[in-house]
Amino acid sequence: MKWYEFLLHNRAEVLQRIIEHLGLVAASMAIALAVGLPLGIALVRRQKMQRWVIGTANVLQTIPSLALFGFLIPVPWIGGVGASTAIVALSLYALLPILRNTSTGILEVDPAVVESAIGMGMTPRQVLWQVQLPLAAPVLLAGIRVATAMCIGVATVAAAIGAGGLGVFIFRGLAMVNNQVILAGAIPAAGIAIAVDSGLGYFQKSVDKR
Amino acid sequence: MTSPTDSLQNGYALTFQDASYRLPSGSALMSNLNLSVARGETLVLLGRSGSGKTTTLKLINRLLDASDGEILIAGKPIRTLDPIELRRGIGYVIQDAGLFPHWTVEQNVGLVPKLDGWPKEKIQARVREMLSLVGLPPEEFAKRRPSALSGGQKQRVGVARALAADPPILLMDEPFGALDPITRSDLQNEFRMLAARLQKTIVFVTHDVREALFLGTRIAVLDQGRLVGVYTPDEFLKASEPEIHAFAASLHSDAAGEGAR
Repeated sequence: MKWYEFLLHNRAEVLQRIIEHLGLVAASMAIALAVGLPLGIALVRRQKMQRWVIGTANVLQTIPSLALFGFLIPVPWIGGVGASTAIVALSLYALLPILRNTSTGILEVDPAVVESAIGMGMTPRQVLWQVQLPLAAPVLLAGIRVATAMCIGVATVAAAIGAGGLGVFIFRGLAMVNNQVILAGAIPAAGIAIAVDSGLGYFQKSVDKR
Repeated sequence: MTSPTDSLQNGYALTFQDASYRLPSGSALMSNLNLSVARGETLVLLGRSGSGKTTTLKLINRLLDASDGEILIAGKPIRTLDPIELRRGIGYVIQDAGLFPHWTVEQNVGLVPKLDGWPKEKIQARVREMLSLVGLPPEEFAKRRPSALSGGQKQRVGVARALAADPPILLMDEPFGALDPITRSDLQNEFRMLAARLQKTIVFVTHDVREALFLGTRIAVLDQGRLVGVYTPDEFLKASEPEIHAFAASLHSDAAGEGAR
């Protein structure tokens, strides 16, 4: 049975796995954005803390995904086997690119523009929302794009700790020594990653008004 | 309160009283500045890099707060004013124009009126008036983005933006410094006429002696964070202080110059 025949035969389960997969990614990205954007903005004015926080996020990201899942399983409240552990791990991964690009994107806005905004009598809030964030938007979206693509990829590993998703087919195929089943998980996962990435890429270009 | 100098100070648009600015590290960028700017005059702050001229300018709109001393606008100490309100009443033009690249020329010029909550039609009319004033036909330029402007046009928009809410005071930090010589002298000529017509109180920072002599009603020479002296253009050319001689010499050494004496 070819991989596409497998997909057709198991339509119901495939659909369920895709929904699980997208659910993992959406939940983790929502958390990463909710934490990363405000934190990234707050770090703009705190250079020392910025280095420290981004350094920590950097370290988190160098931990191999399977190892991070392993570390989190024994942690009370968030740990255990299942989707919640996976979501925490994926959020931690997504945090770095969002945090880093939010901070650097805002810092890279032309200082002359920010200075004249302040000099013209804009409040700090107006400077942030009307000048810094719109001008940082392309860099910020680049971070979100990288984080999302990475999340879609790493989410396949989440099947190993019982979080479901398209990784289920990959691990099942490995266990069955059946390449076609592996491909039935890998190809849709890759397809989703490419589609979402190019969609965000298009959006990123459309907000670049510099 | 009743000393005779008070009434004198009230006659000035802008007064520095023993104003100093020190970095947190303790090094002074401006020390004990005493200086008054009369209503409607163009006072040029002249000095080389690091002389404290930009620092002095930023003390006026509170982009920097004086560490010591007092700065008065129309007799009121600015430290008692809300910095946001203060800045909206002071036009500000900087070297790179600092236009918002994501806004059109029209939006850029209408910035302060919009912040002040003017009605839409009034802003639009004012923007057109300002663009015409600085020599940019509104129908051609209003909808452009800054990226579609030349350096000289950007500075014109910068001036229009600074004037839009009709502030009594205008601060200009080397506004023509990055322009080619021909565009530069065009803008200097037009600006001199504009300044004479609008009767704004202008503080103008430059390191270019020729520009200082051409635009200034008076020239305040700064050196290493201190005020050397304040001169009319005529007095400046006759002044005997060594710091002034150095500047005058730069006029002579300028091959394209007409010479100072």
